[in-house]
Amino acid sequence: MLAKRIIPCLDIKQGRVVKGVSFVGLRDAGDPLELSRRYNEQSADELVFLDITASHENRGLTLDLAARLARVLFIPFTIGGGITTLEEIHEIVTAGADKVSINTAAVKDPQLISRGAERFGSQCIVVAMDVKHKGQGWEVYTHGGRRPTGLDALQWAREVERRGAGEILLTSMDQDGQQTGYDLEITAQISQALKIPVIASGGGGTIDHFYEALTTGHADAVLAASVFHYGTYTVSQLKAALRERGVPVRLTPEMLKASRQGA
Amino acid sequence: MIAIIDYGVGNLYNLKNALDYQQLDCRIVNDPEQLEAASHVILPGVGAFRPAMDQFLAAGMEEVLRGHVAAAKPFLGICVGMQLMFEQSEEDGLHQGLGLLGGRVVRFQHELKVPQIGWNQVAVQREDPLLEGIADGSYFYFVHSYYARLSDSTDALGLTEYGEMFPAIVSRRNMWGVQFHPEKSQDPGLRLLKNFAALKPE
Repeated sequence: MLAKRIIPCLDIKQGRVVKGVSFVGLRDAGDPLELSRRYNEQSADELVFLDITASHENRGLTLDLAARLARVLFIPFTIGGGITTLEEIHEIVTAGADKVSINTAAVKDPQLISRGAERFGSQCIVVAMDVKHKGQGWEVYTHGGRRPTGLDALQWAREVERRGAGEILLTSMDQDGQQTGYDLEITAQISQALKIPVIASGGGGTIDHFYEALTTGHADAVLAASVFHYGTYTVSQLKAALRERGVPVRLTPEMLKASRQGA
Repeated sequence: MIAIIDYGVGNLYNLKNALDYQQLDCRIVNDPEQLEAASHVILPGVGAFRPAMDQFLAAGMEEVLRGHVAAAKPFLGICVGMQLMFEQSEEDGLHQGLGLLGGRVVRFQHELKVPQIGWNQVAVQREDPLLEGIADGSYFYFVHSYYARLSDSTDALGLTEYGEMFPAIVSRRNMWGVQFHPEKSQDPGLRLLKNFAALKPE
């Protein structure tokens, strides 16, 4: 059975991880490579790197990071943040990233989705949507959640799919950083309306939250930052707990072996 | 030397990275002469079947590839590269493939999400040197909407369930094909590539 994916997200500034990360035994908590290796050992299914400087001058550092990651890490990874052109997508993919995540630029110019999918394949184009509850529905925001667009989240999600995006990364701004749970309602609405996978983001705190997002919320994957960075629990601990509750998750060869021996 | 065939479809560097990481001698090749020098050949590929087939034919390496296969040297198709090994594909019309294996590439017919994106398990059907040291039920990373429906079910080396059972790994004589991306499947994927490199011509 297809496994539900657990995806740690790392914010990158000038080639370094920002936001506190408190793993025991890390020599350098700001080194994206060392952190990525650690998450990989914990059986993270993918990684997402969000370039929060996202200026043209700093792009070189991100490209360099992608190239270094691709030489030592053999799971899919996505790079997002400030991507506006096909040329930038090309640079990032050529450096070794499997996918790019586009957000504000996709709303400004939806053709970027279609052209990107046509040139690099749908599997490469992840559209990130930041949404906020409004009246009966949810509104899409851009510019890092600062600017309302007037777009209805469900309608925008349908257009994103129609234009050939491979996946949607859905962040609930109401829930983000709260650790009080994902927004199950909009996640379920979009995931059930679409054929492409939806990655739920924003609000993951307890193991229950992840479980709910993947069951009631119908999410295909969950993304989280703080709970993993601060070591509340590891990706493998989360996966073991989810598996116990019947959620299909990928276990590493060691975990597989241990679970067989236990059975 | 392992030749990775470059015919303008997709990013080959991650595959090369996965081989380089294990110190396996490989080269990205885009002409028949270089291909002829290879002991092992990998045909990668992403995107749709027909443009991939067209570009492969236009790259002028078909004859050398057929010669390689006929000479019983190891050959591996990955993702769309695997699909090209079959007789036909139903993607956007009916199109001819290389016909190295019998069968037709068809779309998933079920209510689950398509494409299948993510990690899924492979049930090993028989012993094979390609799977040496890889546990039955290991997870590999998939991205695809189509799969090969085999004429001869004994070509299936590994089966995966996604709404229906489909062949994730096929093999016949000196030919192997994988629907998933070994270069993105961490340890089991790396091991599979290493095993491929260790295969001897028949």
